[in-house]
Amino acid sequence: MRVAIPQERHSDERRVAGTPESVTKLIKLGFDVVVEPNAGVEAGYSDLDYTDTGATVADGDDLWSCNFILKVRPPLVIDGVDEAEQLQAGTTLVSFIQPDLNDGVLDRLAARGVTVLAMERVPRITRAQSMDALSSMANIAGYRAVIEAAQRFGSFFTPQFTAAGKVPPARVLVIGAGVAGLASIGAAKSLGAVVKAFDTRSAVEDQVKSMGAEFLTVKVHEEGEGIGGYAKTMSQAFIEAELALFRSQAPKLDIVVTTALIPGKRAPVLWTKDMVESMPAGSVIVDLAASQGGNCELTEEGKRVVHNGVHVIGYTDLTSRMPKTASRMYSANVCNLIADLGGADFSLDMTDEIVRGCLVLKDGKPPVLPDIPDADPVDAALPGVRKRRQTGQFDAVRPPSGAFKPATPSETKKTSTSVMAAVQEASKQPLGLIAACGLSLLLLGAWALMRIANPELLVDDAGAGKFLQHMTIFVLACVVGWHVIWNVTPALHTPLMSVTNAISGIILLGGIMFAGRPQFDIVSILGIAAILLAAINVAGGFLVTQRMLRMFRK
Amino acid sequence: MEASLLSVAWIGASLLFILSLRGLSNPETARNGNLYGALGMCLAVFATLLATEHLAWGAVGAAVIGGVVVGGAMAARVAMTAMPEMVALLHSFVGLAAVLVGVASYLAAGDGAGALLMAEIFVDVFIGAITFTGSVVAFMKLRGSVGGRPLLLPGRHAFNLVMVVACIVLYFVALGGGSAGIGALVAMTAIASVIGAHIVMAIGGADMPVVVSLLNSYSGWTASAAGFMLGNDLLIVTGALVGSSGAILSYIMCKAMNRSIWNVVFGGFGAEQAKPARPREDGQALQVHETNVAQVAAWLRDAKHVVITPGYGMAVARAAGAVREVTNFLMENNRKVSFAIHPVAGRLPGHMNVLLAEANVPYDIVFEMDEINEDLPDVDVVLVIGANDIVNPGAEDDATSPIYGMPVLQVWKSKQVVMLKRSRAAGYAGVDNPLFYLDNTAMLLGDARDSMEKLVVELREPSSVAA
Repeated sequence: MRVAIPQERHSDERRVAGTPESVTKLIKLGFDVVVEPNAGVEAGYSDLDYTDTGATVADGDDLWSCNFILKVRPPLVIDGVDEAEQLQAGTTLVSFIQPDLNDGVLDRLAARGVTVLAMERVPRITRAQSMDALSSMANIAGYRAVIEAAQRFGSFFTPQFTAAGKVPPARVLVIGAGVAGLASIGAAKSLGAVVKAFDTRSAVEDQVKSMGAEFLTVKVHEEGEGIGGYAKTMSQAFIEAELALFRSQAPKLDIVVTTALIPGKRAPVLWTKDMVESMPAGSVIVDLAASQGGNCELTEEGKRVVHNGVHVIGYTDLTSRMPKTASRMYSANVCNLIADLGGADFSLDMTDEIVRGCLVLKDGKPPVLPDIPDADPVDAALPGVRKRRQTGQFDAVRPPSGAFKPATPSETKKTSTSVMAAVQEASKQPLGLIAACGLSLLLLGAWALMRIANPELLVDDAGAGKFLQHMTIFVLACVVGWHVIWNVTPALHTPLMSVTNAISGIILLGGIMFAGRPQFDIVSILGIAAILLAAINVAGGFLVTQRMLRMFRK
Repeated sequence: MEASLLSVAWIGASLLFILSLRGLSNPETARNGNLYGALGMCLAVFATLLATEHLAWGAVGAAVIGGVVVGGAMAARVAMTAMPEMVALLHSFVGLAAVLVGVASYLAAGDGAGALLMAEIFVDVFIGAITFTGSVVAFMKLRGSVGGRPLLLPGRHAFNLVMVVACIVLYFVALGGGSAGIGALVAMTAIASVIGAHIVMAIGGADMPVVVSLLNSYSGWTASAAGFMLGNDLLIVTGALVGSSGAILSYIMCKAMNRSIWNVVFGGFGAEQAKPARPREDGQALQVHETNVAQVAAWLRDAKHVVITPGYGMAVARAAGAVREVTNFLMENNRKVSFAIHPVAGRLPGHMNVLLAEANVPYDIVFEMDEINEDLPDVDVVLVIGANDIVNPGAEDDATSPIYGMPVLQVWKSKQVVMLKRSRAAGYAGVDNPLFYLDNTAMLLGDARDSMEKLVVELREPSSVAA
């Protein structure tokens, strides 16, 4: 089996899909590796570096006849020449494909009869984390965004107190706290800036805070988390509140990094012209969503524009601006994918979740995937999701993985197969129902027994009817109680118990009924004694609960 | 007051009670929940007072005020470590009040009580009496006035059964009316009281969380039964709410111990003598590793992530404050500190959470068993403070262990376990703990509070003893 690593043709592309490091690994996996001359030059690897690891340097047919072609960008039409023309039928291409950003690429590849594995479609599952190129690239882009901003920003990031006066810290806002956003937060924070971050998904609040940034939020209650951890389009009210928040922040900001992408849609415009104008001159906006229309109204794809002294950077090649590291991470992802698919004993298992995710063409045809039950519940439930995954080079909306995954309690909670939760979930419905049915049957039985044992009751139908009515209320109340209590957090079991204790002091009412009698007799005394006992319970229960609850603090 | 208006007030009160329980499900809303409950109670009581004719205002006022003063004083003075006792005692009041109301109801009805009313009176008094004596015994057990070991009379199940049958017979006697009636009721009360005391006496100390929540449930059912007896819907609804709440809590507790409710109530668990843990395969004597405060301080200084697992021993030693100081020190020095709480730690559901909250430990570093178990392998040091059965690895791998199958905190998977214990004795359940003999377990013997206080000093000013 032979693997080819061609040079990237795109003028802005400095990355390469294989580094000497990954080539070594591929050779270990049993491949022969062919590298195109000068393939790694822009990423800092000479041809000699490759031949030292055991690869051959060749071009032309030697290169393109390989079983595997590893690339970063999909085959493009450059100066009228279609890179895809080089591909030979039966070859497997592993690359970013991103049909949304590259019109017609799938048709051109299909025409060549090749098999295509799209790197951006590796599913978001734990097993595939080491192959997740979108996350590695988003991480780099987020970091680089801050570096680009620093280059244009005419001041320190970190506050300085010098003999020549003091310099305030740079004030940074990061919009969208996905992998890229968190990387930006980390970079800006470690340069010493004061960082704020905004995201529509409240779940990322802890992650933002763990990176040392302030989490901004709006007071409209709406959850921004769509299916599979992606952001979704928010309501008009939410967007207005969001824009109002940004508008109020804009004059107090030096640097804005926007990373807001919604899968399959044009990036939302969150930073309007008037916000740009209200920012201090010399400020910098870096728009990571530039390739999908941009989050800033003034963004021009691939360019830096200056408006009222504010730089608006819309570069789409941020990862390529750190070619060495980007190549290393990308090639490692590619290499891990190939290793997972069997290395030199490569085969495509159509029931494997990873293959099902990233295989877009099989010998030039859309793959026929056999149905497997529950293979990918997200895909099964929502056929559109898979398509959406193809978008978004920077993937701002994905919950972070790898280095930027702080262990937050909420996350642990979600993933852990909580015994208690499982018990509650499993038993909620049936147990409640069984208990209610059992109770009613029991009471009905008791009632029937009494009727048989005591036939006079037949005459006294009013009393029996009353009893049945009470029983209805009783059973309903049991069911309500059952449902209300199931969600109590274990931390509150003691307060719950003392509150219910106080509430069961309602027996006081029984005491009152007997305390009010025409003449004061033994019955009244019993009633009053009951009142006294129940009152102790009521007061003691509520007050001690209050005392306990005061202590619970975050 | 008009009867219909009274009904409206009662519906309002029922809703407020439901809101109250709902609010209690989350620390953020819990305080409001408590206020709703108090509001509902005031509404119900005042509406009922206003609607009652011929009310002996002086006596009733004195009873209410007296009760509030006594209850308030109890609530203000009780130590958080003594919460289980207080809750048990309060349950007994509800039980006793229900008995009194039941007897009053019988006397008020005179011979006019029909079969149905009589049955309702009997059920109310029966449950009330069980709740009363059961709670009193639970109170005494928790306080230590009575030993924690279960009292198992020979033939106790048959004994209970005979008593229940006797109660049913007495019901039919009472139906006959006359002077025999009141006698039968009193006799039935006495028998039910014995049943209550007997059942709780037979339950071991480690099962107290279940018993207390079970009694909580009974106190609800008894109020509900009183509602049937008096034809009062509010009592029925409220009692049912409390009853099902207590039932669920008991169920959760039982699940946490991998036992059925029958096993807890009738099992007499923990009566056998402690059985030694399995000997090591190589036949060597089992060895515990003792350690000292200086060594523990050194471990803590080197640790990145420390987990503290408190048990009843922390409550007994009143060590929560000292634990908080150790936590503070570690957190100030950028160690990650988490608390791991087993569902049945302590003698009351949620007991540990309350104690930690009192010591100002923020609740977001306090985790439940399921949340933290998977993190434990990465934890550097686990401090087990006065807990034993809930960290017993025998529950997972020793099929002969009485607690086999109970979910436990897997502290032995961490790098170092430090057990703070008064002695090497077995836990409340009377089961030996193989954890003591593991190589990564060290025992710090002594009073937990004393040890923790020494640890604070040692952490602040390390002596040269540390190895």
